Amino acid sequence: MKKTVPLWVVLGVVVAAFLFTRLGGNRYIYFAGYFVLQYIVLATAWNVLGGYTGYVNFGTAAFFATGAYTALVLILAFKATLPVQIVAGALTAGLLGLGIGYLTLRLRGVFFSIATLALSVVLQTVVSNWEYVGGGKGLSIIRPKAPALFASHAEYLFVVMVLLAAASVALAWWVQNSRVGRGLAAIRDNEEAAECMGVPTLRLKLFATTLSGCLMGVAGTPFPYYVTLVEPGSVFSLDYAVNSLAMPMIGGTTTWVGPVIGAVLLGTAQQVATVTISSELNLLIVGIVLVAFVMLAPQGIVGLVQRLFHRRSR
Amino acid sequence: MFSLDLLLNAIVAGILIGGFYAAVSLGISVSFGLLDIVNIAHPAFVILGSYTAYAMNRFFGFDPLLTGLLFTPVFYALGVVVYRLYYLGFERKGEESLRGLVFFFGVLFIVEVALLLAYGVDYRMIEARYVGQSFHIGVVGIAFRLLLPCLVGLMVTVALHLFLSKTFYGRAIKAVSQDSQALRLMGVDPVKIKRIAFALSIATASLAGALLILIGPVEPSIGREYIGRVFAIVVLGGMGSISGTLAASVILGVVESLTATFSGPSWAPAVSFGILLVVLAVRPAGLFGR
Repeated sequence: MKKTVPLWVVLGVVVAAFLFTRLGGNRYIYFAGYFVLQYIVLATAWNVLGGYTGYVNFGTAAFFATGAYTALVLILAFKATLPVQIVAGALTAGLLGLGIGYLTLRLRGVFFSIATLALSVVLQTVVSNWEYVGGGKGLSIIRPKAPALFASHAEYLFVVMVLLAAASVALAWWVQNSRVGRGLAAIRDNEEAAECMGVPTLRLKLFATTLSGCLMGVAGTPFPYYVTLVEPGSVFSLDYAVNSLAMPMIGGTTTWVGPVIGAVLLGTAQQVATVTISSELNLLIVGIVLVAFVMLAPQGIVGLVQRLFHRRSR
Repeated sequence: MFSLDLLLNAIVAGILIGGFYAAVSLGISVSFGLLDIVNIAHPAFVILGSYTAYAMNRFFGFDPLLTGLLFTPVFYALGVVVYRLYYLGFERKGEESLRGLVFFFGVLFIVEVALLLAYGVDYRMIEARYVGQSFHIGVVGIAFRLLLPCLVGLMVTVALHLFLSKTFYGRAIKAVSQDSQALRLMGVDPVKIKRIAFALSIATASLAGALLILIGPVEPSIGREYIGRVFAIVVLGGMGSISGTLAASVILGVVESLTATFSGPSWAPAVSFGILLVVLAVRPAGLFGR
């Protein structure tokens, strides 16, 4: 019975979000909400690999962009609908994760990290040279009419993102509590010992990289309709890499809740700060908070809370 | 399209650029190759060096190379501070791998955004008498703005090589990479040696930054392009080998230059990643590694 609980939760959250959009209200809420939800997906995706196995991925932007550009190509070529784009984006980004993982995961974790960092730069080079998707200048697209039941595209994208976010969190929950999750945790704690105990480390790592890449790609697929101007500079922005890594780090990396807490806190703070202060300054704050957390509270907010409760109960 | 002149010019330019790449990569060769500290923020320090050179040139009319040299002690001090933080936060607790990486990524980001706030996204360049000049040997043109960085890069390489192989501290740095416990038994503090080595690696970024802004205009996020490049060089050269780093720099410089000449400059950044992936997949020890 326990296994079906997340499914019902996901369904409930999506229905609630849909009913919320029927209330109307300020469009900006959906715009800002989308931003935060998108980071819930990215942070959760990053954590499946980074938090559970301890392999640091600096290339979030590359996977995100793979999703976004897959969607863009499908829009340009077939006028594909959003669900088709999401599935296609998930597949391509997952394949990318599998490929890069296969090439570098047999080596020390450091090389994987460096490879992912370089991957963003290279993909950006490729896309900037690809005239069909607008090259370096970018391309603006026109949103089709919003599907029935929705007042506008903003509400539609918001509900889609709620679904994606809830589904990725449920997936992360499932991975964490399954055999796979225990194998991944074993890799994080001591890879050699895990290997000796018969844990299929390479296969598990490849699974985590693929799933992680897949979810990052999914987060990127609604992006073309969200911004309507797709250009390499914004799709490959370093903000994605920093945020998707800072959020789990700040929230706590060992459980599925950590990235969600981190994404909601940092995401909301950034939305507020972008409106009230400048966007560069708030990025600087993210960087400083990240460094402070890695140094002073390595277990993140979840770890801090746990420590607090332990002290109380004693 | 294809011509011998073009090919020769591309190769010469590539070799010159390679000398400069060596200057940028040496710091990582020391920190990553010898000390096992994955300082992905190194390129950010190089850009910081470029902006220092820019500011000194702009406001006091200093020569960029002079600034690069004068500021090495400042960068050395900066390196001491960064290593201290790294040591206290991670190395002492034995959790350097994952969180150390994130730490340096945060540093990279902070330096980049701080420069962005201070100078904006515009490209900055430097005025010096010799920047625009060049001379010809046969059909091959040699620009001063490439020749000078190459020569300085070679000088730094030779100096670092001599330091590592001839002096007490240099040998101690090599020793700490092999067996820090044995070094401790000899009565040398490994942490002190690592601090010196790391600070030295950051100090080279001051000079490398000055060279970078001589070669072309600089903007805050340009450092990211160099991350793939320098790590490709260090891995290809066989971690921590100074002569290997120089050889790998020249190889990468030539390949990039040929790519830029024959398929367009916008493709050049992809080359280093391709090389990095191939090396990692085929021979992770690098060309000159043991």
